[in-house]
Amino acid sequence: MELFLEQTLNGLQAGFTLLMISSGLTLIFGMLGILNLAHGSLFMIGAFVAADVAARTGNFLVALLAGVAGAALAGILMETLVIRFLYQRDHLDQVLATLGLVLMANQGVQMVWGIAPRTLARPSWLEGSVSLFGLQYPIYRLAIILAGIATVVVLWALINRTKVGMWILAGNTHRELLGALGVNVTLLYTGVFALGAALAGFAGVVSSPYLTVEAGMGDNFLILSFVVIVIGGIGSIKGAVYGSLILGLADAWGQTYLPMLVGEFTDPSTAAAIGSSLGSASIYLAMVVVLLVRPRGLYGAPSG
Amino acid sequence: MDAGHTERSTRRTPRRWRAALVGLTAAALVLAGCSSDGGGADDATSGAGETGDASEAAPAATDDQATSATDDAGESGGETVTVGMLTTLSGNAAYLGEDTQKGFQLALDLAGADDVELVVEDDAQDAEAAQGLADRMVSRDGAQIMTGIVFSDIANAVVPTVLEQDMLYLSTNAGPSTFAGEGCDANYFSVSYQNDNPAEATGEWVKEQGHANVVAAAPNYQAGQDSVNGFRRTFGELQNEFYTELGATDYAQTIAQIRDEDPDAVYFFYPGGMGIAFVQQYIESGLAEEIPIYGPTFSFDETLVDAIGEAAVGLQNGSFWAPDLDNPANQEFVEAYREANGATPTNYAAQGYDTGRLLLSALDTVGYDVSDTEALREAVAAADFDSVRGDFSFGTNQHPVQDWYILEVVAGEEDGDYTNQVVEKVLDDHVDAYASECSLGDG
Repeated sequence: MELFLEQTLNGLQAGFTLLMISSGLTLIFGMLGILNLAHGSLFMIGAFVAADVAARTGNFLVALLAGVAGAALAGILMETLVIRFLYQRDHLDQVLATLGLVLMANQGVQMVWGIAPRTLARPSWLEGSVSLFGLQYPIYRLAIILAGIATVVVLWALINRTKVGMWILAGNTHRELLGALGVNVTLLYTGVFALGAALAGFAGVVSSPYLTVEAGMGDNFLILSFVVIVIGGIGSIKGAVYGSLILGLADAWGQTYLPMLVGEFTDPSTAAAIGSSLGSASIYLAMVVVLLVRPRGLYGAPSG
Repeated sequence: MDAGHTERSTRRTPRRWRAALVGLTAAALVLAGCSSDGGGADDATSGAGETGDASEAAPAATDDQATSATDDAGESGGETVTVGMLTTLSGNAAYLGEDTQKGFQLALDLAGADDVELVVEDDAQDAEAAQGLADRMVSRDGAQIMTGIVFSDIANAVVPTVLEQDMLYLSTNAGPSTFAGEGCDANYFSVSYQNDNPAEATGEWVKEQGHANVVAAAPNYQAGQDSVNGFRRTFGELQNEFYTELGATDYAQTIAQIRDEDPDAVYFFYPGGMGIAFVQQYIESGLAEEIPIYGPTFSFDETLVDAIGEAAVGLQNGSFWAPDLDNPANQEFVEAYREANGATPTNYAAQGYDTGRLLLSALDTVGYDVSDTEALREAVAAADFDSVRGDFSFGTNQHPVQDWYILEVVAGEEDGDYTNQVVEKVLDDHVDAYASECSLGDG
């Protein structure tokens, strides 16, 4: 039972981290129609900027703000210099251009910060663990879960309670009309891209204490985010929320219980080897199951 | 016609989504390819950039040496011998290769060996890229002897092609079972150990401490499995074992599983950045106060314990060497290394240094003429050098026969500096478990 609780919390922590990345990805795709492969690079840029600022100031909060701002700024640059010219092109062109951005970003951070990997320590006031229903659980991981919940609340309020949110929703389906009503669509697009970039940067900073800050660190998260938005339904933020949590939990539970299941049939060392491979596959298994039941994902638009 | 028409109209609307899905799949494929192959090529280029610096730096150092030690140089008379060092210099295990290189370079510098040219390349922990680099080092840079690989999966990929060309490979670190038993080779020497050995020493110690129920955690690759097998050989049956992805840095799930097993002790094998992450998170989880952890020396090297800090003090590990090991060769090495690099050497540095010294002793014997592989091989096998670990000789499978110790992490002389100290010797003149399967001694 303690194991189940701990793995559920671990799954939620991984899921909420993924949510911060995939909600931006799906927002950009839903509104701008852009498949942004460089989204993982924004995650990486956030982490690098934060690691640099933390090393200079020793203050985690300042580093967090700098990382988010750095990623948002990088996002604005990407949108105005490259992405803007891709809105009318087909998806293959977008894939090629944004893949180019990925390669440039990976080389770029190495040129600026060198090839030696960096680390970002969690702040001292979030170190250690607390007792939760008899389980000692790391405070920092709980903080990530809370930050994830806060992200969901803020995004929900932004989209459902503000004028900008209304524009974003309208832009999903009626871009021309939005422009005709006098909304500055160009600026709105840049803003949405920057918001997605900031979210990715935020995720990059908060997950860095459990990662090595190095070139290409976001690639793995990007692939998982694609799985999330396929599960959740392309373009749907609600889908991204559920998709992320399903993925996080499927991974945590799969990694734990599948090896146990295999262990019933084979000796421990084979079970450990097979089980851990099966565990890693559990997220893709979850994707297959969801797509079999709902081919457009959980909240995918039924007909465009 | 009518049916056809309706089908068409239902198809028209979702076209955007269909195109998106196709694009997305393409993107995922491209990216997956990018992170394995493309990433590798990418790393290789950055590696080449890095090597530019490294190989510039290395000859520069030897040049300095040449000016200061020209008197010695005259004696050997032979031509320059080129040694190819393929090692890990990027990623979160970069310091493993850097220390290997520093140790090896120190051996050359102290001996004033300006007849040895060291060519260094970064394998970036990418087996495919490493094979290409090894070929290039031999064909373009003219490497005559190869050495330096840190990770066993890279060694498994690269070493066979080196041996095929009738060249000697001297392993500074990786000691996979592949080349220790039936697969042993006359041209392959492990100057470090066989992978199972550090685990065997630790297993013996953990058993002596009276721990009955033990779980093991290791990365899922050859050295990880070798390590757990080695531990099991001396300790006995394990309660459970957990394997994680190589290079992983988030150990929340493994720690949850360890907590659930509630063992008396944990054995873990996590070299480099993986070890820093595992131990920090293990301590953060609160488990460290209840369940002690043990590991081979790779999980506790000097860089790693410095990163963990005070919490590492008292942790015990199995090793063939420690900075305080009491013999003249070691004292000379540790002092010179501290002077040259401003840090206490890690085991990787000691291994690099010993490999360098072994090679120099062999080159002296053959008069720096490496054209006769047979003679060079015999000279290396004689192991006519003073090892920093004291007793050292090669067994029939050309892996070391050496003593094994239990070390304990202690606070160093300076603030924030931690190091390992010998507690006691656990295995004497230890021979690895695969030696009997090797037929080299029979001929």
